[in-house]
Amino acid sequence: MEGYLLEPTLYTIKGIAILDNDGNRILAKYYDKNIFPTAKEQKAFEKNLFNKTHRANAEIIMLDGLTCVYRSNVDLFFYVMGSSHENELILMSVLNCLYDSVSQILRKNVEKRAVLESLDIVMLAMDEIVDGGIIIDADSGSVVSRVALRNDDIPIGEQTVAQVFQSAKEQLKWSLLK
Amino acid sequence: MNSFKRDKKEEEDGGSQFLNLEKTTVLQEARIFNETSVNPRKCTPVLTKLLYAINQGETLSAKEATDVFFAMTKLFQSKDAVLRRMVYLGIKELSSLADDVIIVTSSLTKDMTGKEDTYRAAAIRALCSITDATMLQAIERYMKQAIVDRNSAVSSAALVSSLHMSKLAPDVVKRWVNEAQEAVNSDNVMVQYHALGLLYHIRKSDRLAVTKLVARLTRMSLKSPYAVCMLIRITAKLLEEDDEAGGNDSPYFNFIEACLRHKSEMVVYEAAHAIVNLKRTTSRELVPALSVLQLFCGSAKATLRFAAVRTLNQVAISHPAAVTACNLDLENLITDSNRSIATLAITTLLKTGAESSVDRLMKQIATFVSEISDEFKVIVVQAIRALALKFPRKHGVLMNFLSAMLRDEGGLEYKASIADTIITIIEDNPEAKESGLAHLCEFIEDCEHVSLAVRILHLLGKEGPKTKQPSRYIRFIYNRVILECPSIRAAAVSAMAQFGASCPDLLENIQVLLARCQMDSDDEVRDRATYYSNILALQDKSLYNNYILDPLQISITALERSLKEYIQNPEEQPFDIKSVPLAAVPTPEEKEMKHKAEGMLVTQGGPVKPPPVSREENFAEKLSIIPGIQQLGPLFKSSDVVELTESETEYFVRCIKHCFNNHLVLQFDCLNTLSDQLLEQVRVQLEPSEGYRLLLDVPCPRLPYNESGSCYVVLQFPEDDLPNTVGTFGAVLKFVVKDCDPATGLPDTDEGYDDEYMLEDLEITLGDQIRRVTRANWAAAWEEAATEGYTEMEDTYSLSSMHTLEEAVQSIASFLGLQPAERTDRVPEGKTVHTLLLSGMFRGGADILVRAKLALTDGVTMQLTVRSPDPAIAELITSAVG
Repeated sequence: MEGYLLEPTLYTIKGIAILDNDGNRILAKYYDKNIFPTAKEQKAFEKNLFNKTHRANAEIIMLDGLTCVYRSNVDLFFYVMGSSHENELILMSVLNCLYDSVSQILRKNVEKRAVLESLDIVMLAMDEIVDGGIIIDADSGSVVSRVALRNDDIPIGEQTVAQVFQSAKEQLKWSLLK
Repeated sequence: MNSFKRDKKEEEDGGSQFLNLEKTTVLQEARIFNETSVNPRKCTPVLTKLLYAINQGETLSAKEATDVFFAMTKLFQSKDAVLRRMVYLGIKELSSLADDVIIVTSSLTKDMTGKEDTYRAAAIRALCSITDATMLQAIERYMKQAIVDRNSAVSSAALVSSLHMSKLAPDVVKRWVNEAQEAVNSDNVMVQYHALGLLYHIRKSDRLAVTKLVARLTRMSLKSPYAVCMLIRITAKLLEEDDEAGGNDSPYFNFIEACLRHKSEMVVYEAAHAIVNLKRTTSRELVPALSVLQLFCGSAKATLRFAAVRTLNQVAISHPAAVTACNLDLENLITDSNRSIATLAITTLLKTGAESSVDRLMKQIATFVSEISDEFKVIVVQAIRALALKFPRKHGVLMNFLSAMLRDEGGLEYKASIADTIITIIEDNPEAKESGLAHLCEFIEDCEHVSLAVRILHLLGKEGPKTKQPSRYIRFIYNRVILECPSIRAAAVSAMAQFGASCPDLLENIQVLLARCQMDSDDEVRDRATYYSNILALQDKSLYNNYILDPLQISITALERSLKEYIQNPEEQPFDIKSVPLAAVPTPEEKEMKHKAEGMLVTQGGPVKPPPVSREENFAEKLSIIPGIQQLGPLFKSSDVVELTESETEYFVRCIKHCFNNHLVLQFDCLNTLSDQLLEQVRVQLEPSEGYRLLLDVPCPRLPYNESGSCYVVLQFPEDDLPNTVGTFGAVLKFVVKDCDPATGLPDTDEGYDDEYMLEDLEITLGDQIRRVTRANWAAAWEEAATEGYTEMEDTYSLSSMHTLEEAVQSIASFLGLQPAERTDRVPEGKTVHTLLLSGMFRGGADILVRAKLALTDGVTMQLTVRSPDPAIAELITSAVG
């Protein structure tokens, strides 16, 4: 590991991926053309990454010359990749932003089915977090406010009893599972 | 809090719509985009599916992409926010695939300048993905406005897009520097960060401007931790480039050090990382950075621990002593649940540990080594190897530990790395040899990996005869002949033959064993036994040396290629093995590199390097463009690179000297560093010393800015006049200059003018004409040389400029270009007399053997004895040293 001063550049993030619990891609973006230029290489990397990370809940791993930070919930795995010399804490802040944004969008219901249901919004959120390798925003609150475009939510007073009950049940379920 | 939930009905089949999605069906569904009234409820899911399919790796043809892109543009009619935003995403995704994407420019420009804030930022980013350099001028005005917009999202989007665009149109983006400057002062943290990134990118080639920027920004405290990280990187770069700015109280360094007390951990780590990696940092300056890292080691966050231990691992290479303060914290990390952290902690500890702590550390590792995976065990083994080289006296503990690891379960890679380590220790430390060989003997008794057993048998054959009691190894080796598969049996036979050739008192017994092997069921084993038994029966020392003790010197890949060629074009003459180039002897630096490369987590699973090809073979291919090069015969040796100019000058010229049997080919690699010049007909004019004949001159036809090209000069060595082959040539670079436009690289006129540039003198040395040859058994070759009528020359020199024996050994070996044999290049500590044994081959194929007896008095006194079949060569060497 040679000593390395980091090049001053905004291009910090090499890739972002959300995988399911079989290691299949739900969404993934790679921002450096020199790293995994084809979909085949990307998927091979994701498989490898998943195999190395899905059992050990260790938060960080170095693989194929990349530093990968990750986080999982139920049946989803979130990854953020940067160069092997990158400041790990910057990568972590992006990962946290990604996770928290998705969690708020899905109202803490972070699981595969929910992501696929709101896939359009999750795509928009990912686009708002990183653009072409540059971190656009790492504050989940402001990311969510920018993609919160649906106006079809109902104020709590006007919700039916069943709806309130349903949402309370969900909240309870997730606080237990956590 | 907004809700993103859909209808109950849609929720139920949610997710399944993305299963087994096919490109063709999605494209079919995308036809609803063309309906006259756009229904967002129907179109959004279809567009999502399309983007999902592309993200899954489906590739669209240009026509498919263009069709669906145009259909998508119809969706601009809808006012639905989600749909509009998805269209932007679609535009970005398809912009590189579809044709005529600029058609949406006006729609996007309208959104970007419109009132709807949720559209504006995203529209800018989409717009810049479809814009090219010429189009950029048209939207320049809007971009400038957007950069200083009050909405932070818009401003950020414009800054980020500008940075992307600066790859296409650097000149246009440069004009926005004032706007970027204004944006740096923004209250929004992200805008500040992006503006700094853009500003630095525009200004980075202008040192003075960067200095000003840093001076200004380090005074005003930036709010964004990202921006501070960026500023630390810029400052560190300035510090690194500029040695004069150094001094402990440099404002730059003070800024970085102050960042160690920042409230954001990200910034603190960035600052510590920068300090650790600055080359000029002294151990004293390192202390505050280390105490920060030490604190991180105890953090609850795995990422923080990882970052800290990884950086400490780096420090351990440059300042091992400084890290010792953190040893206690590192020891706590050995049992970390994250294996990467644990392994990094161990390797760091092993690097920094003092000799006294080795025993304790090894005991600690022994407790958990069985729990970790093979991959990490290999890293531990590599760290032990480094330790053994550092503390030769500890070989007993380490060797026992390794042999215990050898007995454990494990895969080939793991076992091989242990065996490798033991072999390295044996080679490096004569005291460890006996015990190391004993461990290896024990290991092959029960070894399931054929390749490993073969290697160990080979090593036993090489090292065993030189031990005090060679006979004890014979039993182990012969056991293999009885019990193992054919390839191991064959290796065992070869190993036994080595004992027979080196130890005369064992010869009789060996012959009996070889006779038994001649009854083996396998052809190869029988052949080897017969071959060795016959040679040993002749009792001729020189035959022993040439056919048993010394391995084949030539490069195996080159031999394979030559044989293939020979079979394809049969010639009258029999194949001559002398025509095959010799294998390259790895230089100590290369070996060093190899060792360094190991033991790093980063290289794990990286690309597999191609098998090493000798430098000469590489060059031989490159040189084949010179007309008539084939007549010169095979390439004998290529020298290291010699720089003929300072590296910062207008033209940067380096020379590589290629030596053939009777010819010298000089390769000049030139680099043009002037952006406003195009060079043509570049050649080097030489003034060769007496006796050299200039045969051919191959100029480099074109040398544009920042490209390197090569020109060549072919010379013939002076015939029958060896002393004159060493000399100094004057050199001048000659070329035709055409002035050109720096931006395009096209010449202004067709007419050029001649110009020349003085180069430093080029020296042709003795070392250029000599190739290193490794001799396994130097003493035998030396004796043999005496009996075969080699000329012997002897002389005594006083090397007054040398003050240590190591220095003398190094400089003699490199000056003569000879390979030290029998590890005599290492001077035992505290000795005042040393004998250096060297061997090599002069161009044309004459062997050279040199013995240098060194004695340390005030300077170094050397008695040099040269043996070579050619008297002229021997004389040349003795005269060259003086």
